[in-house]
Amino acid sequence: MTDEQAVLDCLLDNARYETDDLARMTGLDEDAVAAALDRLEAGPVAGYRPVVDWDRIDREHVVAVVECDVELDRETSYDDVARRLARFDEVATLRLISGEFDFLLTVEGESMQEIARFVADRVAPVPEITGTVTHYAMETYKEAGEEFDRDDDDRRSVTP
Amino acid sequence: MKRAERVESVGPSGIRRFFELAEARDDVISLGVGEPDFSAPWPARQAAIEALERGHTSYTANRGMAELRTAICEHVDRRYDLSYDRDEEVVVTAGVSEAVDLALRAFVDPGDAVAVPQPSYICYEPGVTFAGGDVCRVQTHREDDFRLTREALSAAGADEAVALVLCYPNNPTGAVMTRADLEPVAAFAREHDLLVLSDEIYADLTYGHDHVSIATLPGMRERTVVFNGFSKAYAMTGLRLGYALGPPEAIEAMNRIHQYSLLSAPTTAQHAALEALDSCDDAVTEMVEAYDRRRRYLLTRFEELGLDCFEARGAFYAFPAVPGGDSEAFAEALLDEQGVAAVPGDAFGPAGEGHLRVSYATGMEQLREATARLERFLADR
Repeated sequence: MTDEQAVLDCLLDNARYETDDLARMTGLDEDAVAAALDRLEAGPVAGYRPVVDWDRIDREHVVAVVECDVELDRETSYDDVARRLARFDEVATLRLISGEFDFLLTVEGESMQEIARFVADRVAPVPEITGTVTHYAMETYKEAGEEFDRDDDDRRSVTP
Repeated sequence: MKRAERVESVGPSGIRRFFELAEARDDVISLGVGEPDFSAPWPARQAAIEALERGHTSYTANRGMAELRTAICEHVDRRYDLSYDRDEEVVVTAGVSEAVDLALRAFVDPGDAVAVPQPSYICYEPGVTFAGGDVCRVQTHREDDFRLTREALSAAGADEAVALVLCYPNNPTGAVMTRADLEPVAAFAREHDLLVLSDEIYADLTYGHDHVSIATLPGMRERTVVFNGFSKAYAMTGLRLGYALGPPEAIEAMNRIHQYSLLSAPTTAQHAALEALDSCDDAVTEMVEAYDRRRRYLLTRFEELGLDCFEARGAFYAFPAVPGGDSEAFAEALLDEQGVAAVPGDAFGPAGEGHLRVSYATGMEQLREATARLERFLADR
C-alpha cells in the first residue's frame, strides 16, 4: 500500500484526523504523512466537507435531484454541457449516467421555489437540454456513508 | 440451600467487579470491552430477520444446519488450510464458550489436569473446575511477547496434563503464535499425549501476520479440537454462535452433551452465520483494517507516554505494563481520576498482574480522548 493509500483510507474514515494522528495510525512519520497529504490534495482529494443532517439545523435547506435529457450536435459533447452545468453553485453533484436520461444533478437551495426557479431559469434554457424532471427530497436518511439515525453503543462498559 | 462445591469453589470474575465500578459513573470512556464496537454486517442481520419472517423458528439438527456446516468447512479450508468433514467433524454451538465447556466436560475426568497458559481468558479455569478437573497454570511472559514456550510447559508440569488450552490470537494480551512458535508446543503435546483445545475465535483479527492453526502441524489434527465462531470477526457476539472442529470421536463426544443440554444452537443465529460466511468477507476486511489503524495508533501513543508494551499483533487488545506494577490500583485510579476504564491484568490470573488489558474495539475519537486522559493521568503521578 502506498503512503497516499494508507492516509486516504484514514481520511475516508474521518477527514478531520490531524497529521500526528494520521502518522500514528499509519505507522508513517509526520513528514511522510504531510507529503502524502500534499500529493493527495494536489490530485484526487478535491475537498473536505462535513456531512450535515440538515433536519437538526434551524435553517431551510432543500435538496432535489434533477434528471436532464440532452440532445447533442456535432460541435457539442457531454463534457461541454456538463461544464456549463457544473459552474452553478446550486449544483452539488453532477453525473452522466446510463439509462433513460443523461445527467443526474443534485441541486441544493434554501427553498423549493429557489430550486424550481434555478431549474427553469438556468438549467432548462441550456440549448442542448431537451427536458428536465425535478424530484424534491422529502427525507434524507443517509449521506456520504453516514446514517443520520445513529444508534447508541449499547455494549456493557466492561466485558470479558 | 446447599450449593455444589464446584460452584462454591469458583469466585465471581474480576471483570464483574470492575464492570460494577465502571457502571457507577456516567462519563466513562471504556477500553474494557471485549467485543467489537461494530454491529454485525447488515446482510447477516437481514438474513436473521428473513429467517424469522419465513418462520424458521424450530430446532435444527443437533450439530447445526447442514448448509452452515458445509459453509464452515469451506471457510476454514480456504482461510486456514483446515480440512474437516461436515457430517462427522463439526458441531455448531452457542458461541465458543459453549464449545469449550462441552470439550472440557467431554474429555476431562475428575482429577485430570488441564494446562492453561496464563494470563488467560476468564472462562477456561472455571470450565475446568466445573468439569471436575484441576488447572495446571502455565506462565507466559512479557519477555516472550506472551507466547507459550515449551520450557514453560515443562516447568509447570504440563506433561502430566490430559489437555492443553490454547488461545491465540490471545485475549487478554493480543499475542499471536507463528508456525515456528507453535512447533515446540505441538511437539510437547505429541510427546506427552496431550489433547489440544485451541480457541481460535480471534483468528481473523491478525495484523501483518496470517493465523496458523496448530491443527495444521504434523500429527496434530488427530489430537486437536479447534474452536471458532462468528462473535469477533463478524461482530455477532450477541447472536451466540460458534463451532468446534475435530476428529469424529471428539465431536461425537461433545455432541453427546450438546444434544442433551442445548439440542441445537440458536436457529436465527445459524441463518445469520450462513449469510455472514456467504457474503460478508469485505465487511470483515474493513473492520480488520479499522482495528489495525487503532492498534497502531494506540501502540504509538503508549510509546510516546513511556508505557512499556510489546507489539500485540492479534485480537483487539494491547497489554501494556503499568508503572508501579499494581494493575488493580492503577486501573482503579485511572477510572477514578480520569474516567477511563481498562481491565486490570490480574483479572486474567496472577500472571496478568502488572499489566492492563486495553481494548481498541472502540472508535478513534474515544481512543484519542482516552489516551489524552491517560497522558494527564500519568503526568499527575
